[in-house]
Amino acid sequence: MANSHLLITKLSEELFLKFSGSLTIYTLSTHQKEIDSLYINSSKITIDLKDLDFIDSGAAIFIENLRKKFKNAEVVILTNDDKIKSTLQLIEKYQTKTAEFIKEPSFLPLAKFGKAIHDYFMDFLSFMDFLGRLFVVKIYYIKNFKNIRYKEIAFEINESGVKALGIIALTSFLIGVVVAYQSAYQLKLYGANIFVVDMLGISMLRELAPLITAIVIAGRSGSAFTAQIGAMKITQELDAMSTMGFDPYIFLVLPRIIALMIVLPILIFVSDVLGIYGGMLVANIDLNISSQLFLDRFTEVVALKHFLIGIIKGPFFAFLIASIGIYRGLKVKDDTQSIGFNTTKSVVEAIFAVIVCDAVFSIAFTALGI
Amino acid sequence: MKPVIEVKGVKTIFDTRIVHNGLNLTIHEGEIYGLLGPSGCGKTTLLREMVMLQKFNEGMISILGHNLNDIRTKDAQKLRREWGVLFQAGALFSSLSIKDNIALPLREYTDLNESIIEDIVKFKINLVGLKAEDAHLFPSQISGGMKKKAGLARALAMDPKLLFLDEPTSGLDPISAREFDALILKLRDMLGLTIVMVSHDLQSIYNTLDKVAIIDGKKIAYEGTLDEISGTDSEFVHTFFKENR
Repeated sequence: MANSHLLITKLSEELFLKFSGSLTIYTLSTHQKEIDSLYINSSKITIDLKDLDFIDSGAAIFIENLRKKFKNAEVVILTNDDKIKSTLQLIEKYQTKTAEFIKEPSFLPLAKFGKAIHDYFMDFLSFMDFLGRLFVVKIYYIKNFKNIRYKEIAFEINESGVKALGIIALTSFLIGVVVAYQSAYQLKLYGANIFVVDMLGISMLRELAPLITAIVIAGRSGSAFTAQIGAMKITQELDAMSTMGFDPYIFLVLPRIIALMIVLPILIFVSDVLGIYGGMLVANIDLNISSQLFLDRFTEVVALKHFLIGIIKGPFFAFLIASIGIYRGLKVKDDTQSIGFNTTKSVVEAIFAVIVCDAVFSIAFTALGI
Repeated sequence: MKPVIEVKGVKTIFDTRIVHNGLNLTIHEGEIYGLLGPSGCGKTTLLREMVMLQKFNEGMISILGHNLNDIRTKDAQKLRREWGVLFQAGALFSSLSIKDNIALPLREYTDLNESIIEDIVKFKINLVGLKAEDAHLFPSQISGGMKKKAGLARALAMDPKLLFLDEPTSGLDPISAREFDALILKLRDMLGLTIVMVSHDLQSIYNTLDKVAIIDGKKIAYEGTLDEISGTDSEFVHTFFKENR
């Protein structure tokens, strides 16, 4: 990198600043310090650029600023090079044009808090708006069976149902093992080994299987919905669809919601089976309860209603997961960052909504005595 | 020539910022009409308002005789089949191949059998100058210029009367851009299209446009042919058309 030199000569009334070499943003700071350290009271300042062979725009701005800084004195800039002249002129032309940047207004903490609350409220309203549109489209959809997109629904069933079987099976199996193993230790103390069946049957069928399945699906399909639809929004595919008269709600939103509502109860059933199987294995090994005995006891004490309650939660959880995932996808703005932001939000909100919904069910069923 | 698009007193407000304040323009049948103006003046916004992607706050837009303010869903669907839109980056559906992208509206809106659809797709592909060998490729596998051509072929799939182009030549190399200009002129003559486009490409503007509207300072600064533009009192017109010539 070429260097630049600054020669400072101070006479009684006159100051000479002679630059040589090539003055760029890399060498600027040392000269700035040198000049700042000077005590300047001269009435005439000569900035000599005759020996300079290159100046970049940053350095030209520096020279321009020097001229402004010494406005009390008479400043002369000496140069012969046309290129340097034109660079300086360019800076002069555009510096006078630029107005001050507008500062972002800063808010008091209370105002910030109010703004945050307002944002949450508007977010909630726009989610309600989404649900409302969904409802209208759904009516239109049901009115005319020709509108139903069987192919898309089947595709989504495969994507978020069939392909999720493995992970759901494995997670549920492990949960069954863990629950049985932990309770086995406690039950052995009282010699109440056989009650592991009651405990496992009711907790798994009624609560654990639906929740585990919903949480895995929220992480798997909820995030996928947000990312897919968000990316489609960024690449303007959604706009393209609308202008061609393909309502995204019919083509993208409803098939996903319907597919997930069909598939989640089935996944819960798989989860039930594998969870109980895991528990049965542990009971066999750790508590010496044969699988025959386990199953006999199971049919005896675990009522069908527990299974049905677990399955019935499925479509509700599915609706929450899918609608939150898609809503978040539609909220993605025109930048890639907001995909990540909305995907995170969609998973967190979906899991939260599922747990709230589960709590509501729990209270309702208990109150009804089911 | 009868008017195809009429925009009257359109006002658009984003949050607190006024984008348009009383826009008026008329586009006649068979014209290639350009929306020009400095960046951020709301050209693309106006285009989006015309194709019902965005609402405006006041005023009226009427397209092919339909007033967009009180259009019924059924009419809106009908209208959407009568226009084609080419987005800046093509906006091809990434899960479909080029030929399925073009065939999609045909499959959805008509009950034609596959072999006729294939013939139509082939014709459109030839029309826009794509190679039939590339038709099986997916949008992620093709170049920007090809994406634009494929997007144009898709926009033309339903034989629209009206074509909206959002910066059709941006991001293309000069040769492809001139080819695209020629293509647009050819399509207008062959299919009798009315074309509305947003453009920044001066060469393309001089090559293709019959009439222009300059949006500057929230209003239409000029509407008319390019020959008479020089008398306009707009900073944008001065810098854009004088310094660039």
